[in-house]
Amino acid sequence: MNLEFLFRPWPWYVAGPLIGLLPAVLLLLDNRLFGVSSNLRHLCAAVAPWGTDYLQYEWRREGGWNLAFAGGILAGGVIGGFVFANPAPVDIAESTRAALQSLGVQDFTGLVPSGVFTWVNLLTPGGAAVIVGGGFLVGFGTAYAGGCTSGHGLAGIADLQLPSLIALAAFFIGGVAGTFLLLPFLL
Amino acid sequence: MKPARPAQALWTYFVLGLLFGVVITKGEMISWFRVQEMFRFQGFHMFGVFATALPTAILTVQLLKRHRTHALSGEPISIPPKRLGTGVRYAAGGAIFGLGWALTGACPGPLFALLGSGHTVIAASIASALAGTWTYGRLRPSLLH
Repeated sequence: MNLEFLFRPWPWYVAGPLIGLLPAVLLLLDNRLFGVSSNLRHLCAAVAPWGTDYLQYEWRREGGWNLAFAGGILAGGVIGGFVFANPAPVDIAESTRAALQSLGVQDFTGLVPSGVFTWVNLLTPGGAAVIVGGGFLVGFGTAYAGGCTSGHGLAGIADLQLPSLIALAAFFIGGVAGTFLLLPFLL
Repeated sequence: MKPARPAQALWTYFVLGLLFGVVITKGEMISWFRVQEMFRFQGFHMFGVFATALPTAILTVQLLKRHRTHALSGEPISIPPKRLGTGVRYAAGGAIFGLGWALTGACPGPLFALLGSGHTVIAASIASALAGTWTYGRLRPSLLH
């Protein structure tokens, strides 16, 4: 039997609708609100709750289900990105490839540029800015905005909430700004 | 506040998370390359995912709210409205998050999936994301919301 299809990437029209079902499924099961970034807060509350009221709550009770969900995402990454990893490069537009090449990206195999996301590159200022600085902005920004791509972008929009629409627009404005104003100096 | 759930329920969420993780990984939502293609408006893939995920989510959640008052667990279905306030937290926090999304190529869900797919250095991104969330908590009293 040819199992080659297991390694192939999925098109947007398969991934999109499946992702779109999640907010309703979580509400239907137990009135849970979809949102992955809450887990950053729960993990902080578990590990380092001192110094701020923001982290003073019963993280196990409120966030247990969500932390289990995050553990599942990690396991899903093992299955989708390691066990059944796509051996071919991600099929991005030629124009994107050219733009990234001109910024110094050389390796296009894998899900992320292997020259950038390495422990060794973490020791360079640019690599540290991308990996650690970027992570910090993600954690700070989602906490400030009260949600991320899943909580605002999917669940909030699905509930037709205006704040989530503002947040989603801001995600994109920040993303475009980061792409054109920050990344060229860091890669 | 809801009572803590038994371990059996936690496994349900683990499995749902696993399915979500497989979809965003095989759907290449966690790919730094795809995120770059999106923010440069040079490819349709990511927009195609959003353009199908959002209507699906809106339709199913609205139908659910109309036809069910309670979840299968017996819990009443109620989604707390997000307070708009000045809106600054959504605009400013959202933009800051967007900057980070462009750099790491990953929002919180993909951070976990990328770590699982063997990109171990993403552990440093997750650790710094935790530091970012902690810092927000610390600065929260002095930030405009």
